Amino acid sequence: MIENNMKLEFPSKSQNESFARVVVAAFAAQLDPTIEELADVKTAVSEAVTNSIIHGYEGTDGIVFIECNINDNKIEIFVKDKGKGIKDINIAMEPLYTSKPELERSGMGFTVMETFMDELEVKSEEGKGTIIRMVKEFKSVSTKG
Amino acid sequence: MQVNFDVKDKNLIVRFIGELDHHSAEDIRKSIDEEYRKKMLKNIVLDLKGISFMDSSGIGLIMGRYKNAQGNNGKLALINVNPRMEKILFMSGILKIVKVYQSEVEALSNI
Repeated sequence: MIENNMKLEFPSKSQNESFARVVVAAFAAQLDPTIEELADVKTAVSEAVTNSIIHGYEGTDGIVFIECNINDNKIEIFVKDKGKGIKDINIAMEPLYTSKPELERSGMGFTVMETFMDELEVKSEEGKGTIIRMVKEFKSVSTKG
Repeated sequence: MQVNFDVKDKNLIVRFIGELDHHSAEDIRKSIDEEYRKKMLKNIVLDLKGISFMDSSGIGLIMGRYKNAQGNNGKLALINVNPRMEKILFMSGILKIVKVYQSEVEALSNI
């Protein structure tokens, strides 16, 4: 059962990267996470949204969708785009792999998401888009809020 | 995000203030490169003290400035790296090639 949820959508403009991570962090704040846990969520959301903008839509106009569910002491976050999709997810997820070195991308986005979140799942279809699902459990929360 | 520059001898000291993400990195890297080239400097010291948020875009920005300095026979150093940034930088392996110093004085005397 989902105790609380929210949905957010915004155009794929890079200035919305900070907006997205701050909104998700504000929603997660009701679980009373530590500053460190909240920073983990912010960083992971920033990576996922940046991927949608740079790789999904490749700088063109599109909509980025975020959905968050709160259950017990966990937050489940979906970041979705209807962009070009990822050809080979395994290669894309390799540390230091980037399809856009000219943009000075480090190729560490998925590695950061994997490290900072407890679960990471990537679904993508070429020409259709990408859905990233991430879950973070806030260990500091001992009882239901 | 905002950057302030200090020039000491042939060293460019870059002080960041604000959030470093993909959006801010694009403008910031242009202004750093412009300052570095215009004043014909050699080494770059990035002072990360004022950064309140950084994602993997920071790795790309540091790596790019490292390459520029290296291509110019210069060096790149980092100062005021907090544990959170260190975690992200460590993951990428960049700390194997870029030196972190405890202070500006230490960075400038070792660079």
